Amino acid sequence: MSNMQEIDLAECTLRDANSQLQGEDVTGAWVIRNPRGRHALAVGLTAPVDVLVDGQAGYYAAGMNQRANVTINGNAGPGVAENMMSGRVHVSGNASMAAGATGHGGLLVIDGDAGARCGISMKGIDIVVRGSVGHMSAFMAQSGTLVVCGEAGEALGDSLYEAKLFVRGDVKSLGADCEEKEMTPQDLAHLQSLLDRAGITEYPADSFRLYGSARRLYHFHVDNAAAY
Amino acid sequence: MCGIVGLFLKNPALQPELGLLTAQMLRVMTERGPDSAGFAVYGGARHGQTKITVRGLVPSDMAAFEKGLLACAGTGVTFLSRDDHTVITVPTEHEKTVRQFIAAFGHGVSFVASGDSIELYKGVGLPEDVATRFNLAGMSGTHAIGHTRMATESAVTTAGAHPFSTGPDQCLVHNGSLSNHNTLRRQLVREGLTFETENDSEVAAGYLSWRLSRGERLDEALTASLADLDGFYTFVVGTRDGFAVLRDPVACKPAVMAETDDYVAFASEYRAFAQLPGIGNATVFEPEPQRVYHWEHA
Repeated sequence: MSNMQEIDLAECTLRDANSQLQGEDVTGAWVIRNPRGRHALAVGLTAPVDVLVDGQAGYYAAGMNQRANVTINGNAGPGVAENMMSGRVHVSGNASMAAGATGHGGLLVIDGDAGARCGISMKGIDIVVRGSVGHMSAFMAQSGTLVVCGEAGEALGDSLYEAKLFVRGDVKSLGADCEEKEMTPQDLAHLQSLLDRAGITEYPADSFRLYGSARRLYHFHVDNAAAY
Repeated sequence: MCGIVGLFLKNPALQPELGLLTAQMLRVMTERGPDSAGFAVYGGARHGQTKITVRGLVPSDMAAFEKGLLACAGTGVTFLSRDDHTVITVPTEHEKTVRQFIAAFGHGVSFVASGDSIELYKGVGLPEDVATRFNLAGMSGTHAIGHTRMATESAVTTAGAHPFSTGPDQCLVHNGSLSNHNTLRRQLVREGLTFETENDSEVAAGYLSWRLSRGERLDEALTASLADLDGFYTFVVGTRDGFAVLRDPVACKPAVMAETDDYVAFASEYRAFAQLPGIGNATVFEPEPQRVYHWEHA
């Protein structure tokens, strides 16, 4: 920790802090002190740096992340790691609604619970939640993987495309066109690799269930013509 | 967008700081609602006395107002003015005649709230300026609820600022918008309620007051509102002894709570908590949709 470069938000502005971290030639390990729930912390990073947000984060923390490894040592507000492209974001506490929304790639790990609409419209991101997720999670999820070690709220995977949803606990209800799938050896291996990368050893991969798209909403169905 | 804050003190030692802590939280929520602000502070209940908050009383009308009040409530009346708001404390048996006097007085004076312990202040302008005008930081009490408004449904006026009080010691603040408020307002008017504004949130407050007046508990009234109110909302409702929180089923409007041995705090965003004492060790959580959360002093 001693070679960490420090940014103290009690002494500098958020814009200064983000500017320092957003440079393409920025390197090394950084810590952001006194975040105090501010919005848009460590957003738009493109270099493979390590950033520790030492406290509570507000909206859109680590949004649009590319290549950086961002750790939030606390809770995160709405939209953490939204539209992440690559890299890794780790929340040690809970995340609010829309965690990982529209993410294209990278890994988001939440040690606590995530709120409503976790992984909404995800497009390739992998999300691992050690706790539970709220209602409408993975709504319109297109690709990528959502792993939930706890429970899922109402309408999981509504209007789902080809994302894979692994849930260990109860699912309150499935959304339109989401159904339970048979788990193949490839699915199990993929889940195991995500659990390994998230540092989760206490839950065996075969204790999860897999949910995916029933593919009934993909195409226009002639029987519905009268509805238009 | 709007900002909501609430602070319910469990530890009486913090009561002298209630106003200061609430003012700090309110100021942080300025970005969510810069056009007007308001707050209800509960405290100082005395047996047999009712507090009535009015606004719009100007110094040139004060003498006539006092004279009229003394005529209908006798000498047991006290006044405390803060900017354009005045809190009048009257013997409870005279509350009805005093309310009639206020309604008839005119000169731009309007009734704001009444009850055993509620005082309610609101105005147009930046939250920090509104709080300073009324010296919120100097107020003490048991619990407080505040609101910073970014108007969507109706005009930016003092009357349209939150909180809304539509019953004794009751007030409501709202982040969101209701889509069936006109229908509901007409129904409630038929039930005998009156409304001061075209504001959707005032209808929600009136709805809850109507349910409470029929003998329902606050949690029952809030649960019923899930079926009868259509729209987006996070509500915080204050009563003489505590406050309650409810979010609509979709829960788009943010809400976060923090609880320690000393207090329960509510805010639209975590950063409003950053200056609360002991926040580092608080239990921080988001209220679930459709679930009524309720704290009361025993």
